[in-house]
Amino acid sequence: MITPTATPLSISGYSLLALFFQFLDSFGFIVLATVGLAIIFGMMGVINLAHGEFILIGVYGTALAYHAGAPLPLGMVAGVIAATAFGVVVERTIVRHFYDRLLDSMVATWGLALVVSQLLLIVFGSSLDSISTPLGNVSYGPYSSSVYSSVLLPAIAVCVLAGLYALFTRTTFGIKARATIEDPETARAMGIDTDRMYVATFAIGSALAGLTGALYAPALGSITPNRGNTFLVEAFVAVVVGGQSVILGTLAASGVLSVFNATGSFLFGTFVGQMLLLLVAIVALRVLPDGITGYVDDWQQRRRAEE
Amino acid sequence: MIGDSSADGRSLLGRVRDRLEGPNTIGDSTTFWGAFAVVVAALAVYPQVVGPYTVIQTSRYFALAFLALSLCFIWGYAGVLSFGQVAFFGVAAYVFGIVGINLGSVTGAMVALVAAVVGGTLAAALLGYFMFYGGVRDTYVTIMTLVVALVLNTFMAQTAGSEWAVGEAQLGGFNGMNVPSLAFGIGQSGLVLERAALYYALLVTLVATYLGLRVLVNGSFGMTMVAVREDEARTATFGYDVPFVKLVVFTIGGALAAVGGVFYASWGNYVDPTVFGIGFAALPVVWVSIGGRESLLGAIGATLVIERMRTELSSGIGPVGSEWALVIVGGLLLTVILFMPAGVVPTLDDLADRARSRRTEQSQSTTATEEPVE
Repeated sequence: MITPTATPLSISGYSLLALFFQFLDSFGFIVLATVGLAIIFGMMGVINLAHGEFILIGVYGTALAYHAGAPLPLGMVAGVIAATAFGVVVERTIVRHFYDRLLDSMVATWGLALVVSQLLLIVFGSSLDSISTPLGNVSYGPYSSSVYSSVLLPAIAVCVLAGLYALFTRTTFGIKARATIEDPETARAMGIDTDRMYVATFAIGSALAGLTGALYAPALGSITPNRGNTFLVEAFVAVVVGGQSVILGTLAASGVLSVFNATGSFLFGTFVGQMLLLLVAIVALRVLPDGITGYVDDWQQRRRAEE
Repeated sequence: MIGDSSADGRSLLGRVRDRLEGPNTIGDSTTFWGAFAVVVAALAVYPQVVGPYTVIQTSRYFALAFLALSLCFIWGYAGVLSFGQVAFFGVAAYVFGIVGINLGSVTGAMVALVAAVVGGTLAAALLGYFMFYGGVRDTYVTIMTLVVALVLNTFMAQTAGSEWAVGEAQLGGFNGMNVPSLAFGIGQSGLVLERAALYYALLVTLVATYLGLRVLVNGSFGMTMVAVREDEARTATFGYDVPFVKLVVFTIGGALAAVGGVFYASWGNYVDPTVFGIGFAALPVVWVSIGGRESLLGAIGATLVIERMRTELSSGIGPVGSEWALVIVGGLLLTVILFMPAGVVPTLDDLADRARSRRTEQSQSTTATEEPVE
């Protein structure tokens, strides 16, 4: 978080640096919030409206383990495991019935989201104690930024994207998973257990959601059962702006959206930043209905056709 | 339309029924219309037999039923799933409040009603134009409508300061805005729609809207809507302007939601930003999915039943406290969409149809004795 004390509009080296940290903060948040949803949407075509609640399970897992006495990193592992296990159960019982019913899958997962967040409220009460953010702040001139959420988390976000890229392009598992998504019939004929691929992909998406929750558990302040929505809106917007391509789409959309979000937040406060993000998303959807990567694909195809 | 050419020789009632019935609605039998009349009559005497609290609550369910009809119409008949119908509902509610407060008379409330419905409808037309002529499709429409509602939610929530006022109307941020009651008359005197009067106004409007929508979806435009739902590309090949059809459908949907919004705001004399929130936005999807998205009657019925259930649960039943209401509603939604994808009413209709055809088959097989036994 950045606390401006000077008049924000006066441009100095410090304020540019502060703006840059704000951008990193926002970029890391959007990438991490989006990536789990993007995998499930990009690979399986399912929009998981309970994504915010998957993240929330990561948050709750981490916080509960931490408050029970576990060190924070171990608590984070617990959060990831909880979300992954939940994801596998949900895939087997609910999501697998909806692979060819896109709109129904949104409705069903929304129903799930209502149930999960309300159950968390019933079981754990209206809030859990917050976890203090590790690593402290760095000060420069009149500004200060949190090292954890403005430096460490964006760095992790980039690593996650790089890791996913390697996983889906360089490993046998990744190639099998992509083959399953591309053409399940042929993949089955080639001896791939497509059912397992679906579960695995959904589990990876859930694990990433859990990781996001675990990482943000100490950065959220109060932990309440409606926190999922904070992530869901950003994730939604970034997924549709990014388009079908998981990694490039997430990267491009997060980059564009966080520039607007950070600039708006920095100059006029978080409310304007949030509004700007949503308005940019609406305009982007109107101009590029298949998202940024859809547009790039189109453009490449046209160029190839011209040659 | 079916029977248009042969309708000349038939009674007025027959001609009206021809218009109301068709392949796109459930309930074309005389039995159905008999039952329908009985239910409407029962609802008409309902306020005489129950207490004022129930009447007031039921009025709220009726207002929400317009929201359900709006989603049912665009999703069930044209395949456009919107998570943001509450946006037009809320816009109309706010416009009604703002105009009503500033004009501040019975005539003012009538002007506000018109302004609010026009406002909600225009908002839908604008968003629809933006989406359907921009090539936004399927899930992207769903997300975009939800984002629009959330933008409005974020925006209205921060209008608490006194600088956020339109004329004399303070928007009020999270605290909401007080809204005058609907009224009909001239100057300061007239019929103010409250309690039983509001109930009857809502009942009449709801029944009229339901019948009007039946005529619409069974007419030639309704057939085009269904064609768009079933196969957009093919419909376009036949020369239909698909974006235009969707725009018209979405605009009508917005108008329906707007009517509901005016009634809702007038019912509670109050509107706040939660009408744009994600929790409220989920409700129309719940009602319509459970009732059956291709059934107007199912959408209305599910709204009444589910909202009634939520009211009952809000005071808690036995060990089940009010906090379980959302869990039950969400669980119901999941169960229905898993096991009855079409929704409750269409599934029941299907079962009834099958039972009927089995009965006719049986009676045929008992009379046809010369059939060879295999």
